[in-house]
Amino acid sequence: MALLSKKDTNLILDPLADNNPITIQVLGICSALAITAELKASVVMAISVMFVLGVGNVVISLLRNVIPSKIRIIVQLIVVAALVIIVDQVLKAFAYELSKTLAVFVGLIITNCIIMGRFEAFALANGPWRSFLDGIGNSLGYGVILVIVGFFRELLGSGTLFGYPVLGDPIVKTGLYATGYENNGFMIIPPAALIVVGIIIWVQRSKNPALVEEN
Amino acid sequence: MLEHIELFFKSIFIDNMVFAVFLGMCSYLAVSKKVATAVGLGAAVIFVLAVTVPLNWLLDKYLLQDGALAWLGPEYADYNLGFLSFILFIATIATMVQLVEIVVEKFSPSLYNSLGIFLPLIAVNCAILGGSLFMQAREIETLGLAFNYGVSSGIGWFLAILAIAAIREKIRYSNVPAPLRGLGITFIITGLMGIGFQSFGGMLTGGDDAAPAVEETTAEKMKLKKEIEKEEIDEKEISFNDAIKE
Repeated sequence: MALLSKKDTNLILDPLADNNPITIQVLGICSALAITAELKASVVMAISVMFVLGVGNVVISLLRNVIPSKIRIIVQLIVVAALVIIVDQVLKAFAYELSKTLAVFVGLIITNCIIMGRFEAFALANGPWRSFLDGIGNSLGYGVILVIVGFFRELLGSGTLFGYPVLGDPIVKTGLYATGYENNGFMIIPPAALIVVGIIIWVQRSKNPALVEEN
Repeated sequence: MLEHIELFFKSIFIDNMVFAVFLGMCSYLAVSKKVATAVGLGAAVIFVLAVTVPLNWLLDKYLLQDGALAWLGPEYADYNLGFLSFILFIATIATMVQLVEIVVEKFSPSLYNSLGIFLPLIAVNCAILGGSLFMQAREIETLGLAFNYGVSSGIGWFLAILAIAAIREKIRYSNVPAPLRGLGITFIITGLMGIGFQSFGGMLTGGDDAAPAVEETTAEKMKLKKEIEKEEIDEKEISFNDAIKE
């Protein structure tokens, strides 16, 4: 590909697996867990973070030679907050129901550690195009985990995907429910998200022993 | 007085920052390897929440809410600056953290030595911004209650990080499967603790004795919320049934 050199492609692909922001770098957990009871909310959250991180990385990267290093945290926070306000207003205008579900967690994108982490670690030292790719890559890595967790929690917890029933009707007992299957209400409650992420980490690290931590 | 007590215990146990809404997870996971450092960060979080939540309450009340600018004159009564709350809240938090750091360094070097390294971390701790945003979303009524909310949710966070740090110190002696070591097992333990904390949910809704009026209103709000949620689920089921019939 002429557009992306190999180095640039790695910027996008690395965070998807071996340098995943959630399971390896342990960033951005806060919002990742609370909104994953439904797949739809997870997807919207992932897209919002992608917008904020992609654009924010470019802005910070363009400003990197102008920002005095002593006040850079505040400058970064203001840039993120402005972008998050845009996301919040757009969601309120076009997807009001969903913005109610996400509630304060849209606002909490501001303090999502992935965003500050990427600003500090990457955008302050690299050009705008590379920063943009890095932002997209990291938010994809974040989004992948969100979607996986959302998929399992919604499927096992309510038997639906994106709100559509996929396992049959639990009340008139059709589909899988005819065999005596029941929804697992446990998956809906918040702590289940932590356990699902724990299992994802377990699977990932058993496949790639290089990632295993010292005790 | 009763409403204060209720809010206090509710914020610590039922709406626990970590176990119920997952706020401040990043630092919760990163700084919980030793009890001593966990205590330092926890104390700093209580402190900063106690300062920023009441401050942001004032901002919300006199600047941001729908019609909050009425005190400037009748021509300003129509303004609703609510959309600015993110940027104002985070700016307040960042400045306050900086200010607190300077003041503490000047007047109490010993406190600074124990809290100091954690203060910059705190500006980007979701628990702090989350405290202000929840304060706004739950429409906390008075400045005193806002202060109470800040302190008590800080204490809830403190308890959570203290507990996980103690568990992590102990778990080092256990034979955890290699891929789960470190992060994985911490997630699962936190999940189990969260399930445990869910049992506090019945603490304030239980008891049929005549509760004071104020307490009732918050309890009623919670009930209403639950009912709305139930209705939403029912609606889903109804539309779902309709879809099947068709």
